[in-house]
Amino acid sequence: MTAEGEIIHFDNVGLRYGTEREVLSDLTFTLYAGRFYFLTGASGAGKTSLLKLLYLAQRPSRGAVRMFGNDAITLSRASLPALRRRIGVVFQDFRLVPHLSAFDNVALPLRVAGHGEKDIAGPVRDILEWVGLSERIDAVPATLSGGEQQRIAIARAVIGRPAVLVADEPTGNVDPEMALKLLRLFEMLNRQGTTVVVATHDLDLLRKVPDSLIMRLERGRLADPTGALRHPPARRT
Amino acid sequence: MSRDGTTRRERRLGPSMLHGMRRLGGGGAELIPQGRMSGPMPWVIAIMVALTAIALAAGLSIGNAVSAAKAEIEGGVTIQIIEPREDTRDRQTRDVAKAVQQLPGVSGLRIVPREELDSLIEPWLGSGIAEATGSAIPVPALIDVRLATGATPQRVETIRTAARKVTQAARVDAQSSWLRPVFEAMVSLQILAIALVALLTLALAAAVLLAARSALGANRDVIEIVHLLGGTDKQVARVFQRSIGFDAAGGGAVGLALALVVIVLLARRFEGLGAGLVDNGALVWSDWLLLALVPILATLLAMITARFTVLHALRKML
Repeated sequence: MTAEGEIIHFDNVGLRYGTEREVLSDLTFTLYAGRFYFLTGASGAGKTSLLKLLYLAQRPSRGAVRMFGNDAITLSRASLPALRRRIGVVFQDFRLVPHLSAFDNVALPLRVAGHGEKDIAGPVRDILEWVGLSERIDAVPATLSGGEQQRIAIARAVIGRPAVLVADEPTGNVDPEMALKLLRLFEMLNRQGTTVVVATHDLDLLRKVPDSLIMRLERGRLADPTGALRHPPARRT
Repeated sequence: MSRDGTTRRERRLGPSMLHGMRRLGGGGAELIPQGRMSGPMPWVIAIMVALTAIALAAGLSIGNAVSAAKAEIEGGVTIQIIEPREDTRDRQTRDVAKAVQQLPGVSGLRIVPREELDSLIEPWLGSGIAEATGSAIPVPALIDVRLATGATPQRVETIRTAARKVTQAARVDAQSSWLRPVFEAMVSLQILAIALVALLTLALAAAVLLAARSALGANRDVIEIVHLLGGTDKQVARVFQRSIGFDAAGGGAVGLALALVVIVLLARRFEGLGAGLVDNGALVWSDWLLLALVPILATLLAMITARFTVLHALRKML
C-alpha cells in the first residue's frame, strides 16, 4: 500500500557488487513528494550506490523498492524507460555526450521522450538562459569549464520536469558562489514541486536549506539524524 | 543567436537537415559520432556487394545459357549415316531424310551440308586434307531433325526404326543425351554461384554483427546515458541501424558500380569468343534488375542484422 505523498519506498534493501560484501545494507526509508533531501556520508559510505538505485541504474541484491506506485524490482525491462523519465539525474562526472553541443545535450531527454523539434527549441533555450549559458548554446563539453558543464548537466536533468531530481555532488566542481547559485536553483525547482535528493559531503550546504531532510549513510547503513525519514514533517503549504 | 532565436548552426544547416540530425532514432545518427563512408565497414560492404553481384551475374548468365541451349536441343535428334562410300552415303542420307520427314511429330529436318561438316572437323584436322592426300576423309553424313515436342526415348526409337529400315548404317541420338555432361557441369557451376551468393550474404551479416558489437562497445557510455534519460532499447537500436544503413547504402552503391564494370568487361570478352553456348548467356533486363537489388538487399540485411545485434546486446544492460 502506498502512503499519501510517497513517491519512493525502500524496504530492507541491500546491494552488493558481484560476490563482494554488501555496500548498502538494510536500507528502509520513504521519500515524499515535494521534499528536499540531503544524502550525506563520508567518501565510500555508499552515497553513489544509493543514488544508482534511486535512478534505476542498478537493481538491489535484496529487499523491495517501490517507485511511483510500481514495484521497481519486478518491473519489466520495457517499463523502465517510462519510470526513468520521471527521474532527473545530475551525475558527479556530468556524463555529457562529448560530441553533442550544449543545446543537443540539454535537448536529449526531450528527444528521448519523443517531443518534436518545434517543442524542443524554446524550452531548451529558456533553460540554458536560466542556468546562464545561453551564449554557449553551440559549445561542446570539452570547450566548457567544469562549472559550465555542471550547469549543462543540471539543465539536462530538469528539462523534462522530472518528479524527482537526483544530484550526485553537484557542487563538487564549482566555486562557493556558483555552489550557492546551484543550490538556489534546486530550491526553486523544489518549490515548483520537484522532489530533490542531493548527495554531498559538504556539511555547510545542509545548513543553507533549512527545510531539508537529511539522510546519513555510514558504511552502507542509513542513519536518520532528523528522524524525518520515519516520521516526515507535515507537508509545506 | 539571432533575433528570431535561431543559432548560427541552425541557419547554416537549414531547418530540415537540422531536424533530421537532431531527432533521436529517426534521424539521430549523430548521437553516435561517425563520419559517413569512414572506417572499414562501408568498404567491407562494397567488396561483399561487388563479389555477390559478380557471383549472381555468373549464376544468372549460366542459367540463361543452359535454358537457351536446352530449349534449342530438347527437341533435337541427330541421325548419322556411317557409310564410307560417298555416293552410297549420299543416297542413303536422302532416303533416310525422306522416310523420317513423314513421321508424325517431326517439325523440321535438315541435311547438314558437306562444307559445314568440314568446318566442324577443321579445328582438329585442319583444311585441305582431300587435296593433300588425294582422298577425302569419310566423315559420316548428318541429318538434324527437329521435333515439335521433346525428344523422348519412344520418339527417338521411332525415328531409329524408320532410319534402320532404309539402312543399317544409320545411328540415331537425341542431342540432349550427348550434351548432358555439359549441362550437368553448367548446372554445377550455377549451384556454385548460388552457394557463393549465400556465403557472401552470411559473411556480410557476420561483418555487420562484428561492426555493431564494436560500435556498441565504443559508445557504451552514450548508450548508458540515453538509457538513464529514459531512452528505450528500440531507440538506441534505431540509431545504430540507421548509421549502419547509411554505410551499407554507400558501400553497396560503390560495390555495385565496381561489379557492373567487371560484368560488362567480362561480357565483352565472352562475346568475342563467338561460341554458341556462351552467346546464349547474355543477361536480360530482369537479371540487371536483380543485380540492382543486391545493394538494396545488402543494406536491408545490414540494418536488420545491426538492429537485432544491438537489441540482443542491450538486453544484457539494465
